[in-house]
Amino acid sequence: MNHALTHDQIFDSVREILCDALGVDEDDVTPAASLTKDLGAESIDFLDINFKIEKKFSTPEKAFKINQGELFPENLTSDASLVKDGKFTDAGMELLRTKMPHVDYSAFDADRSVDNVSELFTVKSLCDFVARKLAA
Amino acid sequence: MRWMWIDAITHHEPNARLVAVKNISMAEEHLHDHFAQDESGAACPVMPTSLVIEGTAQTAGILVGSVHGFREKVILAKISSFRLDIDPRPGQTLRYDARIERMDASGASTETVISLLDHTDAAAAATGAATSGGDGTAGATSQWREVGRSSLMFSHIDQNRSGLQFPEENFVFSENFRTILRSAGLEGLARD
Repeated sequence: MNHALTHDQIFDSVREILCDALGVDEDDVTPAASLTKDLGAESIDFLDINFKIEKKFSTPEKAFKINQGELFPENLTSDASLVKDGKFTDAGMELLRTKMPHVDYSAFDADRSVDNVSELFTVKSLCDFVARKLAA
Repeated sequence: MRWMWIDAITHHEPNARLVAVKNISMAEEHLHDHFAQDESGAACPVMPTSLVIEGTAQTAGILVGSVHGFREKVILAKISSFRLDIDPRPGQTLRYDARIERMDASGASTETVISLLDHTDAAAAATGAATSGGDGTAGATSQWREVGRSSLMFSHIDQNRSGLQFPEENFVFSENFRTILRSAGLEGLARD
């Protein structure tokens, strides 16, 4: 796949990946759709999506390699300095922003609940992640 | 004891590919019930598709587990897709040719091609004048043919994303696996 892709082309590819990985209809894959809440993704699906994105956007000239935790951060909740009483601390939010610059935190910032963090992963955040990485 | 659904490993390419075979036999008791003769018709012994899936999972699971010397607890986490075009019957052999598509510390995705060798094809051919002397042996050959595919995801559960803890003992790769590895001369893959 060519690295000079438009946002529409990236969205089409991401939608194809999500339909394949999650067994959802194309119409369900909207930019705002949450991978967990709206599309029913479970933890193993995140690894599946990760692998499928790597495969889809790699070219013979350049591998699209996603490092572990780069797309979907792991084990953040086990660090007491990052989470207190079930909510992300300021340090936790800062780390989230650093690790996942491709995510929109505007709605989450008021809630910060660990239980809802998976809802941050939307179709748009996946597309933005791919676009950023291709441009890097 | 784990119920094994492969009989032998026939080929291994480290970190990449593992091939196993399963002979289907009327000695397997479940075939007498799946399906037994009843008022609707004669008995029809067919290997349940769920057990073919398990066979592909055991083949690909051994391959994934072998990458790190079976120190990881590898479990089947997702059947991404599965296709089987035939009903496997006694007298046939299934071959599972598994390859690792992608792998990282938390898990792996695998693709397995399922092929069938029908020994009754050879018997039929052997009775024909064109292919043999009619004694049921000379010239009687069967061909492997692809009959399905299996796309599976495996998780290294000690590396799960939620940080859950599991027993230290590797309850996935038990003595049955070691027996099969020994038979194939691959015991060295399982490091203690």
